[in-house]
Amino acid sequence: MSNTILSLSSKFLKYFEDLGRFQVFVAKILKVMCTRPFRLSLVVQHAYNFGVESVFIILLTAFFTGSVFGLQIGYVFSIFRAESLTGGASALALATELAPLVTGFLITGRVGAAVTAEIATMVVSEQVEAMEAMGVDPIDYLVVPRVWASIFVMPLLCGLFMFMGIVGVYMTSLGIYAIDPGVFVAKIISLVEVSDILSGLRKMFFFSFIISFLCCYEGLSASGGAKGVGMATTQAVVKVLMLILISDLVISFIEVWWLR
Amino acid sequence: MIRFENVVKSFSKKVILNHLDLEIPKGKITFIVGKSGEGKSVVLKHILGLMKPDSGRVFVGGEDITELSGENLRKHRQRFGMLFQMAALFDSLNVYDNVVFPLKESGHNDEKENLRKIEEVLSMVGLPDILNKFPSELSIGEKKRVGLARALVHNPDIILYDEPTTGFDPLIAEMIDHLIVKVGRKRPDLTSVVVSHDLKATLESAEHIIMLYQGKVVLSGTSKEFRNTENKIVRQFFSGKQEGPMVFL
Repeated sequence: MSNTILSLSSKFLKYFEDLGRFQVFVAKILKVMCTRPFRLSLVVQHAYNFGVESVFIILLTAFFTGSVFGLQIGYVFSIFRAESLTGGASALALATELAPLVTGFLITGRVGAAVTAEIATMVVSEQVEAMEAMGVDPIDYLVVPRVWASIFVMPLLCGLFMFMGIVGVYMTSLGIYAIDPGVFVAKIISLVEVSDILSGLRKMFFFSFIISFLCCYEGLSASGGAKGVGMATTQAVVKVLMLILISDLVISFIEVWWLR
Repeated sequence: MIRFENVVKSFSKKVILNHLDLEIPKGKITFIVGKSGEGKSVVLKHILGLMKPDSGRVFVGGEDITELSGENLRKHRQRFGMLFQMAALFDSLNVYDNVVFPLKESGHNDEKENLRKIEEVLSMVGLPDILNKFPSELSIGEKKRVGLARALVHNPDIILYDEPTTGFDPLIAEMIDHLIVKVGRKRPDLTSVVVSHDLKATLESAEHIIMLYQGKVVLSGTSKEFRNTENKIVRQFFSGKQEGPMVFL
């Protein structure tokens, strides 16, 4: 019994220690983000890696997500003879919920895991220590440019997801439920407001911080060779996905109950 | 000159540096030896300011670096070059970008001048014409030499070598030892600090040797003094025998 209590309390202590370290890490990032030098070329390079190289997978996933969503929601509306609402309802769901959430998941898998693995490999092969030995702060060189790149690129990818998702919905709506294109667009315009699109982009903006902060943090905290790199990557992905889901609920709750 | 005054450093409950006092002379090649876990690399990290002592003081060139932080610590580190055990080249950068890294980070942005310096140090380590190669395309010996070029390119006052020959075959080890001596001779004002397990190279190449045991200096002196010492711990260590006063855990 006492062993169980000891084990639990040490786990709690470790959790709070880790949380404290993460807070210090975030504070350092925010401080460095506001100070020179701004490493513009690194930001552009990471923005290219995060953004341009993710476009294809974002477009593909968005198209299929939109198509399936349109198919399912169209079926439900068809029961009530309200197929014409398919476009508007799907677009609303895509803008406020699906696009930021699925984009966040995709970016975590494609970019976040790669960032953690790359930084963790640099840690275990002494590259980060070499950087520090040369008087270069790893937060300044490795983390902050990635955070800036995430902030710029991820909301754009989310916007792209929204657009392509609606294209997917449009294809199924026209192809399967024979909805008039004019009606499809008119319902989107009447149901989806600019604030809905901004709400999705705002969520993605918030998720971009979660993804970049946590993935870089787990990478820099890695230790112990190849196994350590693997563990750091898994931990980063699991934590980011959980935190995205939790924060999505919190943000949605605030928006729906307090701001509307 | 580098000086440690009464430095204590512990990890968990294990004391690594135990009220350590040591002096590393300026402009010489100093080898720090001792068995594994004696804190040799910890000494290097204290010199660079990568670690802070639990108590005691570290002086580099008369300046107390123990409390340095921020911009002062950054400037302090830029006075050094360091060659890591596995070279620690940045995987994502080619040889040119690896070697130019410390130059750019210390504000040298003249591309022509940087290229001249890089070609000079690369030819010094015997590796011209590999500017566009990536670390994955280099042999371990070549990586080491590029690492040395990176450590030298910004003309540091002090160069630190962390176990430069550990794990290499005798040919590569000898080549690296020759380079350490060559670099030291080419720049007589350069202070070189080498953490090594290679006792033969230590006795042949060192101008000054410091041996650590149980977190303290056992002997500090020239190769000749080490060869002629009566200190039983030093004699046991250099003879590689199990029997003697030195405890192996």
